Amino acid sequence: MKLAPLDYKRPASLQEAIAILAAHDGAALPLAGGQSLIPILAFRLAAPTMLVDLRGVPGLDGIAIGPGGVRLGAMVRWRDIEDEKRLAAAWPLLPAVISHIAHYQIRNRGTVGGSLAHADPAAELPGLAVTCDATIEIVGRDGPREIPASALFVGALSTSLAAGDLIVGMRLPPWRDGRRWAFEEFALRRGDFAIVGVAAYYDLDDAGRVVDAHIGAIGVSEYPIRLTAAEQALNGSPIDDATIAAAARAACAMVEPQDDIHASAAYRRALVGTLTERALARASA
Amino acid sequence: MKAPSPMSPNTYVGQPIERVEDLRFLRGRGQYIDDIKRDDQVCAAFVRSAVAHGRVRSIDATAALAMPGVRAVITAADFDGPIPTIPFRRPNPSIGPYAQPVIASDKVRYVGEPVAVVIADTAERAEDAAQEVVLDIEELPAIVGMAPAEANEVLLFEAAGGNVASVFVGTLGDAAAAFAAADRVVRGAFRTQRQTAMPMETRGLLAEWNATTSHLTMFGAAKLPFFNRRAMAAMMNLPEAQVDYIELDVGGGFGARGEFYPEDFLLAFAARRLGCPVKWIEDRREHFLATGHARESACDIEFALRSDGIILGARGTLFSNIGAYVRPNGITPARNMVQFLSGPYRIPNIHFEGRGIVTNKTPAGTYRGPGRYEGCFYCEQMLDLSADKLGLDRLEIRRRNLLTDADMPYRLATISPSDGAAETFCDSGDYRSTFERCIIESGWAEKAQLQGRLIDGRYHGLAIGNFIEGGASGPQENARIDVEADGMVSVYAGSSAIGQGTETVLGQIAADALEIPFERITVLHGSTTYLSEGWGSYGSRGTVMGGSAVIDAAQGLIAKFRGAAAIALDVAEKELHIANGVASAPNGRSVKLAQMAGLSCDGSFKNSKATYTFGAAMAHVAVDPKTGHVAVIDYLAVDDVGRIINPLTLHGQVTGAAVQGLGSVFSEELVYDESGQILVGSLADYLVPLATDYPTIRCVSLENYPSPNNPLGAKGAGEGGIIPVGGVVLSAVTAALQSLGVRPRELPISPPKLWALIQQAAQA
Repeated sequence: MKLAPLDYKRPASLQEAIAILAAHDGAALPLAGGQSLIPILAFRLAAPTMLVDLRGVPGLDGIAIGPGGVRLGAMVRWRDIEDEKRLAAAWPLLPAVISHIAHYQIRNRGTVGGSLAHADPAAELPGLAVTCDATIEIVGRDGPREIPASALFVGALSTSLAAGDLIVGMRLPPWRDGRRWAFEEFALRRGDFAIVGVAAYYDLDDAGRVVDAHIGAIGVSEYPIRLTAAEQALNGSPIDDATIAAAARAACAMVEPQDDIHASAAYRRALVGTLTERALARASA
Repeated sequence: MKAPSPMSPNTYVGQPIERVEDLRFLRGRGQYIDDIKRDDQVCAAFVRSAVAHGRVRSIDATAALAMPGVRAVITAADFDGPIPTIPFRRPNPSIGPYAQPVIASDKVRYVGEPVAVVIADTAERAEDAAQEVVLDIEELPAIVGMAPAEANEVLLFEAAGGNVASVFVGTLGDAAAAFAAADRVVRGAFRTQRQTAMPMETRGLLAEWNATTSHLTMFGAAKLPFFNRRAMAAMMNLPEAQVDYIELDVGGGFGARGEFYPEDFLLAFAARRLGCPVKWIEDRREHFLATGHARESACDIEFALRSDGIILGARGTLFSNIGAYVRPNGITPARNMVQFLSGPYRIPNIHFEGRGIVTNKTPAGTYRGPGRYEGCFYCEQMLDLSADKLGLDRLEIRRRNLLTDADMPYRLATISPSDGAAETFCDSGDYRSTFERCIIESGWAEKAQLQGRLIDGRYHGLAIGNFIEGGASGPQENARIDVEADGMVSVYAGSSAIGQGTETVLGQIAADALEIPFERITVLHGSTTYLSEGWGSYGSRGTVMGGSAVIDAAQGLIAKFRGAAAIALDVAEKELHIANGVASAPNGRSVKLAQMAGLSCDGSFKNSKATYTFGAAMAHVAVDPKTGHVAVIDYLAVDDVGRIINPLTLHGQVTGAAVQGLGSVFSEELVYDESGQILVGSLADYLVPLATDYPTIRCVSLENYPSPNNPLGAKGAGEGGIIPVGGVVLSAVTAALQSLGVRPRELPISPPKLWALIQQAAQA
């Protein structure tokens, strides 16, 4: 569990970082907080020839809160999100989700961009991004571009990023007043990767019917997914026990989880229903 | 009954003295093995088998040897003559063929078995080169389960002819007659999962060879340095006096750390061959493969009962999956299950057979409460089954069968083949006393109203179980006390420190025995350089045996002090009054012990009669049937340890062991696939309890029944905390889910597993 030999660079600008990454054509990896990458290297599961440390790159940190929503720089750490107390009112689902990520030590270092690029199927931030229509800001050798979060994740630990692409930030759309929301996660221990997590929010129209339901799950697929069938079961209906139960059933029915050493597929499927039900019950309470 | 009064007016024993070790631990000043560095040291990395069972065709180290910094690659080919095997701790007539060679030569039998050792100038370079050693191993069918192994479907050791390495029979009375006379016979089959002890500090050693004096020093000793010195000396063909084991601070042992492992010898061998110090720090992934596993067991047993719940007898078979080889303590769990399954209960007629079965998994050994945790789990489940079948209250059946002081000393099942501890007797106590105290202290009368009830979506369940903890393993421990030039007193003990507070506890005992301030005493322990012979810390013996040896040394030192003071003061010895470290003559002159620099006395304590701490534990759980999650709402342990030396360290032992046991019940499991690959490689998959997981652990320790078997009256206390956890928590879960008809029979009961049982019961 020692790192294999590799080179290390600490560029001072975004352009320099991208130039190095592009020049190595996939053999160089960006290093942000290192909370996933360093263990991967120690286990020798990946063998890059170079690490490009992003610590010296200016402009990648910072949380911006405005009428257009919330923007998180790629080097924003979990700890920064916890410390930004305005988020509790401005985008309450975000800090609620972040509170489930790992432990203090890891939250002091783990970053938004690192979590998105690592693309763990059970990680919280990718789940939030997919559930909430986040936009991912990328700078590559051809300049900046934006993609919806749903287009970032293509498999377990696998993204659509090309060599030389760097995630520089993530934007969450505006949060409506009166929005109902909840996040439910089941992990074997507090702070572990989720067995299953469900994030949900919806708005109510003047007649008290659900509009714009967003429900997503982590831990049930190779990457986070929207539980669209559950959303359809909610939209246009008043929120009551029957609607919630219907949404939970729909959520269960649409996931195709896999067995692993921690939990069976059947268990994960049942958990999706249970957590969807609990999230909606809590959101509506 | 009260504990005997301390032997002196000093009263450090029994006081909550803060641990003297903590000052250095909490300030980062501990000296662990990785803190030891030598300028000329080289580092080792082990090349381990990636297949569970196979024949070694060739090992090609050419590429590795060409890598930067690589000094040597050692394989079986480097040995002249037979490959040494690692030693056994317990004699046994059948286990010889199953010993582990220090390095694989013809066959590999588990994933992780050492095949080659790479020595390089840094640990990183050694690891780089280890990856380049090419192993050509012809894969053979692997066997991972006990049933196919017992059926000899695949033989691990062709020459041995079978996969059952050891069979212990435990007998008491006449089991056949008891079953013939029974009103009811209850049969049960249960399992416990494969685990490992998981000390937070992994193993590590630095082997230093002095070619001038032909002397080997092993830094990083733990648990039993003197036994390991003897074994190492024999394997290295050296006189014992030319080998020393040095104990540093140790970050947890729990039975696994400190046993003799293949790596220990290979490092010494490399150090002598290369003529420079060789260091190795086990990494965590390696720890999962290489350090002893434990606890994988099963039972198929019966209880013979009278209709009023009195147990007449017990019989059946106990199985222990000991992995690919019999390691030093590999057969101990199977042996202990046979002797200790009856635990604190009066089961007058017993016939148990315990089989140690080899499979293609990492070899097993002891882990805190070896065989005792498993046996207690089986016994408690059988008591629940019996109570349910007879229509008795689950507490009442326990009350009716607990041993009382009228039973003492109480003979437990006798073990065959004999191993020096075949006969043993519970020493003292009324085992109903901790049980009844647990009922009161836990508020059972009030809590029992919650039994089986569904409240806010969770089923509540409660249970109380009982246990005994064998301690004070014989045959002996040694100590020496020296008065130093500055008047301070050094206490040397054979007991080892593995994080349990040995320096504090032995210091308290010495201070009382010498009647001097605790602060004047320094306790030094473990290393073979301190005493000519010692034993160590295992089997809950460190305090009882080491402490008793310290008392003997202190009494001897006081006698020598009297002699020396008589000369110094020119009076007859019998005229001296000795108190508080001062010898006073009738004429008013006096001399202090602190003035007696150079005064020294050896002491020892010989005893092979075990002590038996006893106790009860209560668990209150709430089960979420939709997730299978079990919340431990309350956990209370009540034990009687004979004599409390330090309530703080005792509390730490009991609480820590209970939490460790909860990890066993709910989350820790070493999972293998059918081909013998271990699927758990990090602490992200092997889920030890976190500080936040089980916040409500309570313990009450009593000292109403001192042991008659040592001068302290103390009993072992390092393992009792974990022994009842599996049994009592599963009983509580079963009680919670009684209305659903769910009765788990296997540990762990992880949320997914419990959920599946609830689903099965709903469909049935």
